[in-house]
Amino acid sequence: MAEAASVAAESLAGSRARAARTVLGQVVLPGEELLLPEQEDAEGPGGAVERPLSLNAGARSRVRVVCGPGLRRCGDRLLVTKCGRLRHKEPGSGSGGGVYWVDSQQKRYVPVKGDHVIGIVTAKSGDIFKVDVGGSEPASLSYLSFEGATKRNRPNVQVGDLIYGQFVVANKDMEPEMVCIDSCGRANGMGVIGQDGLLFKVTLGLIRKLLAPDCEIIQEVGKLYPLEIVFGMNGRIWVKAKTIQQTLILANILEACEHMTSDQRKQIFSRLAES
Amino acid sequence: MEEEMHTDAKIRAETGTGSSPRGPGCSLRHFACEQNLLSRPDGSASFLQGDTSVLAGVYGPAEVKVSKEIFNKATLEVILRPKIGLPGVAEKSRERLIRNTCEAVVLGTLHPRTSITVVLQVVSDAGSLLACCLNAACMALVDAGVPMRALFCGVTCALDSDGTLMLDPTSKQEKEARAVLTFALDSVERKLLMSSTKGLYSDAELQQCLAAAQAASQHVFRFYRESLQRRYSKS
Repeated sequence: MAEAASVAAESLAGSRARAARTVLGQVVLPGEELLLPEQEDAEGPGGAVERPLSLNAGARSRVRVVCGPGLRRCGDRLLVTKCGRLRHKEPGSGSGGGVYWVDSQQKRYVPVKGDHVIGIVTAKSGDIFKVDVGGSEPASLSYLSFEGATKRNRPNVQVGDLIYGQFVVANKDMEPEMVCIDSCGRANGMGVIGQDGLLFKVTLGLIRKLLAPDCEIIQEVGKLYPLEIVFGMNGRIWVKAKTIQQTLILANILEACEHMTSDQRKQIFSRLAES
Repeated sequence: MEEEMHTDAKIRAETGTGSSPRGPGCSLRHFACEQNLLSRPDGSASFLQGDTSVLAGVYGPAEVKVSKEIFNKATLEVILRPKIGLPGVAEKSRERLIRNTCEAVVLGTLHPRTSITVVLQVVSDAGSLLACCLNAACMALVDAGVPMRALFCGVTCALDSDGTLMLDPTSKQEKEARAVLTFALDSVERKLLMSSTKGLYSDAELQQCLAAAQAASQHVFRFYRESLQRRYSKS
């Protein structure tokens, strides 16, 4: 019945708009068009069905679907712009059709509002710091955006320091701005990252995997040595352990995690735990 | 520990639609593609067509000099380096063709005032170089996660003196041909994005070559799909 809706809507050879539901978890390529659930019913078998205009606007079910990274609205369909696996998240409660997005593997970061990132201070000009976050432009950070900072009590930030903060302004038209306080004025873990430790870069997909709610890698790593670790959504990780050797081991494990299967990982962890 | 995905595909394309009655069946050479093989660029790909091999790296969206920035879209730059010698006028002209193709396909308006740079290095040239460069550039752009509205591919046709159509010619076939035509086609509706031709041909022959290229592009896009599926199946 409703499944017949996945019939091709276009007659052009090679280009069919498929229903988003049928493609979940599969690899999608740029240029593909996806039909949303509400369109499927409209374009059922038979193509051009004439629907009478209804006076009652509520009769048609309108589902609000959020278009996430890798997808663009194209007319009343979704156009895939990046290559990756199509994912869907059901809405937690109430109305809405949930979120659709494409899980792609990328190295280059594009600033997004609300993301927590690790930046490196590159310049100090007047009252703002220029922070390199790995995007196309350095972000600006005002000296007043630290906990307890006032005009007289300036924070101790030098060029070359590592900063953990979040974006308050990040869109394609403006220079990104970041702050090291949350909306209540508290630091909440943000600010200048301490001395020592090691900063290294990984792909964005690995960061998302490590920050997922029940990530085994982090739990296993935590059992090995006492450590401090900071994840930036821009692909940067800062680790610090008691000795330099332990820090380097941790950095190598996290970098290699991307290409290892869980069995290989368990082997390595058990070998390290013994030594 | 680089993620390497080597996909080989032996592709045969037969032109059955309105080709010259004397022409034999045409075939594309052996394809191979490898992604994410360089550690510095944001995306990289190596594309092999028979003996022709091109390595591509993509950097972007990255910082751009104020003199080159465009206020409402990304600045796309293509750099093509030949195998030996300094880049000359032929490289400049190919760079321009590849840049025009990429600009038609990349969604530059999502990243204004940034630069997307595609660097292509010719590793070996055995015919159909421009098409191989286009294919490598497309795979590298996909690997870098640059938003695109479609994929594109390059197909070369050669017409020899008796009007026989050859797809994906080798350098020997290109030298002996009366005309060599290269087309860039997009993946959504097989529309023509770019065409670069050299030599003497008639209007009917042009249409014939275009039709043959469109048929051959299906195989290239199928190969893209298989290789990308294999890449994502490993994660």
